[in-house]
Amino acid sequence: MTGSSSRPSILRRLGSGAAGRFGLSVVAVIVMTALVSLLWTPFDPRATDVASRWLPPGWPHLLGTDLTGRDILSLIMAGSRTTVLVAVGAGVIATLIGLALGALGALTARGVRETVAVLVDVLIAFPVLIIAMLISTVHGGSLWVVVWAVGIGFGVNVARVTRPELRRVQHSDFVVAGKASGLSPLQNLVQHLLPNIAPVFIVQLSWAMATAVLAEAGLSYLGFGASVVDPSWGVLLADLQRYIQIHPLTVVWPGLAITVTVLAFNLLGDALRDATDPTLRTGRRPASRARAGQPRLPEATA
Amino acid sequence: MLRYALTRGALLVAGLLVASVLIFLALRVFPGDVAQLLAGDKATPAQVEAIRTALGLDQPLVLQYLGWIGGVLHGDLGTSQLNGASVAAELAQKAQVTVPLATLSLLVALLIAVPFGIGSAMLRGRAAGTVLNTAAQAVAAVPVVWAGMMLVVVFAVWLRWLPAQGFPRDGWADPGQALQALVLPALTIGAVEGALLLRFVRSATLQAASQDFVRTAAAKGLTRTRALLLHGLPAVGLSIITVLGIQVAGIIVGSVVVEQLFTLPGIGRMLVADVGTRDLVKVQGELLVLTGMVLIIGFVVDLVHRALDPRQREADE
Repeated sequence: MTGSSSRPSILRRLGSGAAGRFGLSVVAVIVMTALVSLLWTPFDPRATDVASRWLPPGWPHLLGTDLTGRDILSLIMAGSRTTVLVAVGAGVIATLIGLALGALGALTARGVRETVAVLVDVLIAFPVLIIAMLISTVHGGSLWVVVWAVGIGFGVNVARVTRPELRRVQHSDFVVAGKASGLSPLQNLVQHLLPNIAPVFIVQLSWAMATAVLAEAGLSYLGFGASVVDPSWGVLLADLQRYIQIHPLTVVWPGLAITVTVLAFNLLGDALRDATDPTLRTGRRPASRARAGQPRLPEATA
Repeated sequence: MLRYALTRGALLVAGLLVASVLIFLALRVFPGDVAQLLAGDKATPAQVEAIRTALGLDQPLVLQYLGWIGGVLHGDLGTSQLNGASVAAELAQKAQVTVPLATLSLLVALLIAVPFGIGSAMLRGRAAGTVLNTAAQAVAAVPVVWAGMMLVVVFAVWLRWLPAQGFPRDGWADPGQALQALVLPALTIGAVEGALLLRFVRSATLQAASQDFVRTAAAKGLTRTRALLLHGLPAVGLSIITVLGIQVAGIIVGSVVVEQLFTLPGIGRMLVADVGTRDLVKVQGELLVLTGMVLIIGFVVDLVHRALDPRQREADE
């Protein structure tokens, strides 16, 4: 590991492939849209106007209107806020749970270590949807259900990937040197271990965010996620589906928004993996030209 | 092989136990009073107490758990707290929709993933291969709900070939009609899961193509394609078996959403309704059955893989 000096080259490798570029730009556009929608949307996403209901795409309603005359483009723009919120929230929780379980599974006494490893293996069998149902049976549906369910579900995945990494670098010279120079285990973890597993970690995080966006759509559709008054792509999809027989094309837009976002996070994760995996580095050729790694089978979501 | 089966079986039992404890605890030890939550804000203290007693929530947790799991081991998953119906009986009845749906979905997924995955690997570097791989990436990112809606738009609303939703009231009395009701749901799950599996098949094929035994066969005079098909495919098949467990989990989860979308009276729809009414006993029984299915299929898949793979058989001897 060369530390900070390798960072610009990772970014350059990331931008060198079409997939990485696509992923980065779409994620940037969505974050921008979410920010802009806080200040401005073409129409008020909540404003109903029965006179102009079910308008086809055109001017001034670029993507048309729904049953109550709400502007679909504005609804999608406002919904991107929920998407960003859920993705970031789930990412934070997955990070915390994954690091905690990973560290417990790698750095503690043998007995604790093995128990945590078995627990992680069992938890992997719990799909995000089932975790979400467990939470919403007791607490009812809300966006927090989505955030926690994806956070827990993916935190376990992160733990499974970071555990062997932590064990691998645990005995490196710099970690032993840190210990010898009097760092506490926690200081050592933060200063020496975490920077070394960061690449693996960021890749997982990107995939966790893809899962979060999918889960938000599925869970909100089932009624366990966003409430009907929240601006959300999943809720919008559920709303429009009820009139699919009469106005079939309206469901295209929120679905497309979800698909493109998920695709972007997936491609970004793949590109990050290729850019950070030292085994894929072949001289000065960009990593995207090198052999592509194994595709992952993502966690079962909704 | 026997030793492996025993070790793996012990792991399965441990997994089922841990899963049952986790499901049980998750539904009880969440912060707050479960009985109060179930009764709602407007309930009188007497109503809350009644729910507490009815569910046995006033007993120690260990006793509650042992009571539940003891029943499960005798095939008794408890009764609904709303209408007193047997959970196991209802599950068995709903399985008549969900099991055929899951089987059909898996079939569709394999029919998409295997030929196109192998094809996309053999066409690597050519335009057609790139198109296939990109299409699979894109379809794998589609939310199952939306995939179902788009199929409804095309096949039910525009072409009017298939019903948009519903299942015959008399179940499988008319097999043709019941099957017809399952076509679009199975296509929905199968397409999305198939796209995920396709990318895996592709990479397994590429890996097989670079194996020594395939290269040797090619060196001895077979064309590369024939060498791959004759000698590489068994290895690809084995790789597919290893991920079938994950696939089945995906299909079970997909069926929850799809049954809701197509209003099919299956286990998934039952589960969604019970979570909505907070029928604790039913939810914990249903979730245990679903998680148990995922774990058991994972176990069977591991055994089959072990039995079929000659490299692993040799490791045993």
